Amino acid sequence: MKRKGVSYAKYGYIFSIPFVVAFLLFQLYPIFYTLFIGFTNLKGFDTALHIHPKGLFYNFKWALTNDTFITGVKTTFLLWICNFIPQISLALILAAWFTNERMKLFGKGFFKVVFYLPNIITAASVAVLFSSLFYYPVGPVNDLLQKWGVIDAPMDFFNDKWSTRLLVIFIQFWMWYGYTMIVLISGILGISPELFEAADIDGANGLQKFLFVTIPNTKTILLYTMITSLIGGLQMFDIPYLITNGHGEPRFAIQTASVFIYNQGFTGEHNYATAAACSMIMFVIIGVLSAIVFYLMRDKDEAALHKVIKAQEKAYRQKLKEQKKGGNING
Amino acid sequence: MAKEATNVVKHRNHGTGYYVFIAFVMLVCILLAVLSIIPFWIMIVNGTRSTPEIQAHAVSLLPSTHLMDNFKIINEKGSFNAFVGFRNSLIISTGATALAVYFSTLTAYAIVVYQWKLKRAFFTFIMAVMMIPAQVVTIGFYQMVYKVGLTNTFWPLILPSIAAPAMVFFMKQYMEPAFSLEIVQSARIDGAGEFYTFNKIALPIMKPAMATQAIFTFVSSWNNLFLPNVILTKGNVKTMPIMVTMLKTDIYKVEYGSIYLGLTLTVLPLFIVYFLLSKYIIAGVALGSVKG
Repeated sequence: MKRKGVSYAKYGYIFSIPFVVAFLLFQLYPIFYTLFIGFTNLKGFDTALHIHPKGLFYNFKWALTNDTFITGVKTTFLLWICNFIPQISLALILAAWFTNERMKLFGKGFFKVVFYLPNIITAASVAVLFSSLFYYPVGPVNDLLQKWGVIDAPMDFFNDKWSTRLLVIFIQFWMWYGYTMIVLISGILGISPELFEAADIDGANGLQKFLFVTIPNTKTILLYTMITSLIGGLQMFDIPYLITNGHGEPRFAIQTASVFIYNQGFTGEHNYATAAACSMIMFVIIGVLSAIVFYLMRDKDEAALHKVIKAQEKAYRQKLKEQKKGGNING
Repeated sequence: MAKEATNVVKHRNHGTGYYVFIAFVMLVCILLAVLSIIPFWIMIVNGTRSTPEIQAHAVSLLPSTHLMDNFKIINEKGSFNAFVGFRNSLIISTGATALAVYFSTLTAYAIVVYQWKLKRAFFTFIMAVMMIPAQVVTIGFYQMVYKVGLTNTFWPLILPSIAAPAMVFFMKQYMEPAFSLEIVQSARIDGAGEFYTFNKIALPIMKPAMATQAIFTFVSSWNNLFLPNVILTKGNVKTMPIMVTMLKTDIYKVEYGSIYLGLTLTVLPLFIVYFLLSKYIIAGVALGSVKG
């Protein structure tokens, strides 16, 4: 007779309980609750939920036809794309320089620490700091530009749509290129040195190695950077909220979707229902885009290998079963 | 063959082109470094200058003597309170970090050590929910918290970190090669309970990974504005980033020196942490991306 040992499997379940409970309560439930609030007309300090009298999807229809919200979504994408492209480009170039063993650079460690510094500082503080630095009429930047003779009179940066946008884009870029650079450096260091040696033997120059060895072999990590940046960027709030007056001024130039949702739900009328509908629309947009990037990111070779392994496992188990049927347990 | 030979020669004797290029690279790096430091430098220096001084010349590389005056303005007027913000942020970030690190390790342990039916499905599930954009569903979260009367308390900002999918993933990746199951088996033979084994044997082995993850959770919890700003509306529970928003509204609008000093106070703890731990933080960023 086969003696059954103590089963420890139940501890697998027991130790997972806190995670599962916290996840269901604090992450999954709020998603469905937000969706549900989107169907209601919840406003102000009410908590009772009633389906919106003008129809279940009234808030969603309202959001999708609301110019301010649509502009907000477009602004969010604009601000993200305009900071992501220069950010990843500079990060790639710096990463290539920092990993090139033939180049003798001084202070690599120091530069890494300094480039990453803005990323660790509270975004809220950075936003208020830059709004002070670009203050009109007597801020440090106006002071310097006048001293250097670039401008004759102080410039009101926050009264112009594009200078405000550029500033937000610059801050996002400034806060994140160091992070992206470090991530890419570790990606490049993971490339097999043999590939670079082979390129050397073939007589490739630095630029050719960068284009045909470094970039293709960091594809996965580039897409990882992109997906995390996308999810963060489409929820962009702190900088555009705090750098001007909290409503994405001037003239909604930097009113991102998150700033709009915040102002809908948590200021003025506290219109939770419309804010919830807008939130769910953003949720779907982010989900779909991440899924697309995720799909592109998956390693095709690895997926194929996984399939083969699974098939083999299945065949093996089938064999085992047949053996068991034959009574050959010890085999 | 000939090509190979020239190549070898090429990188032994650098031409002038090489040195020009290196100089260019160094110049770019130095400029970027200045760009990283100068805003914070101006902030710290201006925190010691009086409003008339700043109005006359907004940029000065050397500090002045009005630090205490600015400090007085900050403390006596307006609603900005660096000490209260610091205390509240410290409580929330410490609590959230401790829970996230402990329970993520526990969950990873469940996946690595035990053989259970739903294990594979559970891990796939964790990978899938890793990317959920949390901030977007704040409305539902806020309403839930409001209904149970927990607004203006720290619980809604601490407890959710028990479920940190990305950290579970990281811990699992780290634990698999670093932790041998034989240790668990010998502990069992010695009569140790499963929970005891986790606390006394697994946790110490996981310390390096836990430290790395703790730094990042702490900093991101410390810097978070959106959710705390919604949940904590009363003055005495506000966190540091919410205190920063006060600087934009209150009387500080006309007290330039005190804005800069207030900002310096909010940033100072992070500077200290960063300069003490920068080596580990940079290594942690690199590690997280490779494992993730």
